[in-house]
Amino acid sequence: MTARYRRRRLVERLMFGATIAAAATTLGVLVFILGYLAYQGATSLSLDFFTRLPAPVGETGGGMANAIVGTGKLLATAAAIGIPIGFTGGIWLAEYGAGTLAAAVRYAADVLNGVPSIVIGVIVYALLVVPVGHFSTLAGGVALGVMMVPVAIRATEDFLRLVPDALREASLALGAPRWVTIVRVVIPAGLRGIVAGLVLALARVAGETAPLLFTALNNRYWSPGWSEPTASLPVMIFTYAISPYEDWHRQAWTAGLVLLVLVLGANVLARAVLRRGMAMR
Amino acid sequence: MTNDDGTSGRAKITVRDLTVRYGEAVALDRVSLDVPEHRVTACIGPSGCGKSTFLRCLNRMNDHVRGVRITGEVRLDGHDVYAPDVDPVILRQRVGMVFQKSNPFPKSIFENVAFGPRVHGERDPVRLRELVERSLRQAALWDEVADRLDRSALELSGGQQQRLCIARALAVEPEVLLMDEPASALDPIATAKIEELIQELKAEYTIVIVTHNMQQAARVSDCTAYFYLGRLVEFGPTERLFTNPSRPETEDYITGRFG
Repeated sequence: MTARYRRRRLVERLMFGATIAAAATTLGVLVFILGYLAYQGATSLSLDFFTRLPAPVGETGGGMANAIVGTGKLLATAAAIGIPIGFTGGIWLAEYGAGTLAAAVRYAADVLNGVPSIVIGVIVYALLVVPVGHFSTLAGGVALGVMMVPVAIRATEDFLRLVPDALREASLALGAPRWVTIVRVVIPAGLRGIVAGLVLALARVAGETAPLLFTALNNRYWSPGWSEPTASLPVMIFTYAISPYEDWHRQAWTAGLVLLVLVLGANVLARAVLRRGMAMR
Repeated sequence: MTNDDGTSGRAKITVRDLTVRYGEAVALDRVSLDVPEHRVTACIGPSGCGKSTFLRCLNRMNDHVRGVRITGEVRLDGHDVYAPDVDPVILRQRVGMVFQKSNPFPKSIFENVAFGPRVHGERDPVRLRELVERSLRQAALWDEVADRLDRSALELSGGQQQRLCIARALAVEPEVLLMDEPASALDPIATAKIEELIQELKAEYTIVIVTHNMQQAARVSDCTAYFYLGRLVEFGPTERLFTNPSRPETEDYITGRFG
């Protein structure tokens, strides 16, 4: 009995130690990445980085103002496509979706989520870049928007499913039609979760590089409107990191730091929204 | 007028041969009874006997259950509620419901009560305020919440939440109030309040209540229906059913020999 107990206690401690080690590793990797980026990137972090265009090749200095604005425009385009489709699709899946069609939509969303981002880039290239003859912000935004859809759809569905059926029944029993129940009771009850999910979906595509390479391409100057190639932080990082110039390497680190802070900030914001949502006002 | 079961009063709801199947399982088997107007009718029976299913047929809440098949007749004031031209939305304005677990919306106390009237087109803020106050008074909750109508309904205690749900149902001005074990999750004091409330409400409403608690049925109801395995075993005036049941199964159940 005591031998068995001692063995069990040993196993328990070993497994407990293993879980702690795994958790610490996860956290350690994040801290290391953040720290290393800050160490490498902070040297070129200056107001210029946010306000000036890239310096001509061969000169040092300059900034990435166009890439920051470009990333903002790309994300706005992606959100304009991904959020409406994902939100309404998620509502349908959670509130009406039943049978084979819903299963097919869910499966399609999962498959789309698994499609390598570069493949989505190639498809958008074939459909939106080749026919018009040039790269554009629009094409890049569409590629990111398509990538957002499956994440947004499942996030919306998941958070609507968390809304207790008792609330739906309460509303229906008061004589509210189904759509009124969804709009006035179910969506408000799940809204914070959905908003957090959509922000996370946007944060996820913010760092995508591959689908932008042959849709938005890159640009060393401002890109007015939506029909010209544009710079973006991820593609800038890629371009600068593989360049032969020391100064560009430093700026790539800085761009990486800025991008990571943006994504991390979105994550923290989403989680804050979500936590307040759990308290239910 | 006196019905065959000995209860007086006009029948508000008449149920004939009501059968409900969930897939292959029969949840209710040819149930027929008359719910008298301005009376409290209690449905008792062991878990799974079909009493909640019965209740949910009266306002067609079972329509939303997947794979349900309902046959037979439910008539409200003589009109078949399952007729193809009946909109369940309109029906539920006339037949309100209170659930076992209080389910206030995550909104303010005011918005909870105003929800029904708003959905049915009441826009006038003065009328809405009157309606909310009257409903809360009817539900004996007004004095406790009058100074914090804009606070979240979720801050209320369990018993208050359940009375809020009753007020919310009353604000739609229904004729019938269905209550599915409204006090089963409440402490004795809150339960007593709800029971008192039921007694007051029956002057204006026809009430059907499902309860697990036989003392409660005996205390609040005028008529009692005993369900067992999807069948209506006995239905009659509460006093007679509890003192002199005509069926041995009923006697076994109410004397606690089973269930």
